[in-house]
Amino acid sequence: MKCQHCEKPATFHITELTDPNGPSVLHLCEEHARTFLSNEGTATPASALSSMLAKQLKIEKAAEELATADKKTCPICGITFADFRKGGRLGCGYDYIAFEDDLEPLLVNIHGALQHMGKEPTNRSGSPERQHRLMQLKVEMKDAIGKEDYETASRLRDKITEVETGDESSWIEHEPEELDDDFQSETPIV
Amino acid sequence: MRGQGPESDIVMSSRIRLARNLSDFPFIRKCTPKDRIAIATSVHHALDSLPLSSDAEYVDVAKLGDLDRQFLMERQLISHELSESQGARAVILDPNERFSIMVNEEDHLRLQVMQSGLDLESAWQRMDQLDNQLESKLIYSYNKRLGYLTACPTNVGTGLRVSVMLHLPALVATKQIDKVFRALNKINVAVRGLFGEGSQFMGDFYQISNQTTLGKNELALVAKVREVVPRLIDYERKAREFLVNESRQDLHDNVSRALGILCTAKKISSEETMHYLSKVRMGVNLGLIDDVKIPTVNKLFIHTQPAHLQKLCGHKLSVTDRNIERANYLQLHLTKRPESEIN
Ligand SMILES: [Zn+2]
Ligand SMILES: [Zn+2]
Repeated sequence: MKCQHCEKPATFHITELTDPNGPSVLHLCEEHARTFLSNEGTATPASALSSMLAKQLKIEKAAEELATADKKTCPICGITFADFRKGGRLGCGYDYIAFEDDLEPLLVNIHGALQHMGKEPTNRSGSPERQHRLMQLKVEMKDAIGKEDYETASRLRDKITEVETGDESSWIEHEPEELDDDFQSETPIV
Repeated sequence: MRGQGPESDIVMSSRIRLARNLSDFPFIRKCTPKDRIAIATSVHHALDSLPLSSDAEYVDVAKLGDLDRQFLMERQLISHELSESQGARAVILDPNERFSIMVNEEDHLRLQVMQSGLDLESAWQRMDQLDNQLESKLIYSYNKRLGYLTACPTNVGTGLRVSVMLHLPALVATKQIDKVFRALNKINVAVRGLFGEGSQFMGDFYQISNQTTLGKNELALVAKVREVVPRLIDYERKAREFLVNESRQDLHDNVSRALGILCTAKKISSEETMHYLSKVRMGVNLGLIDDVKIPTVNKLFIHTQPAHLQKLCGHKLSVTDRNIERANYLQLHLTKRPESEIN
């Protein structure tokens, strides 16, 4: 018998009892079995995740919509939603915001929930929204310098310092309405 | 695992892991080689200033040879993914193997706490402390709504995976295992069994873990897994009782033959070893074999794996040579010589 993922002989036969359709048997070569098992039992393997995602999207979205979703790109890491669908792995923390609409049904499907209830880090400056905000401001500042608009540039530099050192309130209230707005836009945000 | 701890006749080990990412870097798939180095360096620096690092060892996995990487994998201190991926990656090892921290695995950080027997609560407490310590030096990628952000959406939220490894030979022997697990599946707990070639059971080990990571707090997730374990232990005990009552002679014969093969074979595969060690383990726990100790059996499960044998010999061995070496090793540690107890 051949491995389900490659041409090597299947030497491992793993019964997956987590499948909602009842136990299913996987036939894998040693290499693929190890990859599968070292996923610590439950983390859905990337391939299963992307097929789950594909199925779900097909049900919920028309082909046209799907093509639109696939083209969505994260402004921070540059990954597209299609890239995520293929590999099952996200490119950065901001993807959870950039692809929010498309990830939400998936998260509900996997976890049955959309709100974190567990512990929180004491240092919460690691939020992707904040990082995105910083990036926007830096691009704008560079822009302003390029145009020799030093007044704006200096205002933006102060703003950057404020976001970098401040707490959540220093950027959340100034967050632009549309997160997906082109961050290189020349419209002054402050 | 030392074969101690609560319910250790059935529960091999309790394990908790957390997935964490640093906010200053993209997730692994978008990391440049430079990013990976910077992540490893910042984790290394953070550890140097923490109390846990006084005796923990930072190991550069990229510099390890095949055998060393496989050795760490066999001890479940690193994953296959960490072992086989490319670029800067590391593992921080506790000398007592009570925790390990993988750097640049699927997520920037994978913290793992291990405990023998069934003791999830204290494993979680240790994990919580370890995480708090690291978090005081590193900035984690975190979002108020979705919690700790992870490369795979299946881990987002708490990033927590709680798992218990169980030895269930009697449920397997009485063919009740599928029925039991079908019932478990309904409550969102994942079960995984490992089988070898020809659907021979690989040691009758099963792993139970939580399926979801978002929407419940850590203690609730721990409790969810913890809750089902006593039921499984109970089922397994009943099945063992049944086997002893129905056919004590057959069972005694069966486990004694298993021990006989392990003690006398001249060549034995890893799979066959697992298969017979599992029977011997049950035999010892039922008092049918009394000259072998459980910690010895538990250690043999690990020490007879390929990289362990090769490390012991100090060089690489072919499959055939490994099978011969394994047979020698088993004979040395299972025949009635108290001084041969493995340390
Ligand atoms: Zn394969
Ligand atoms: Zn991204």
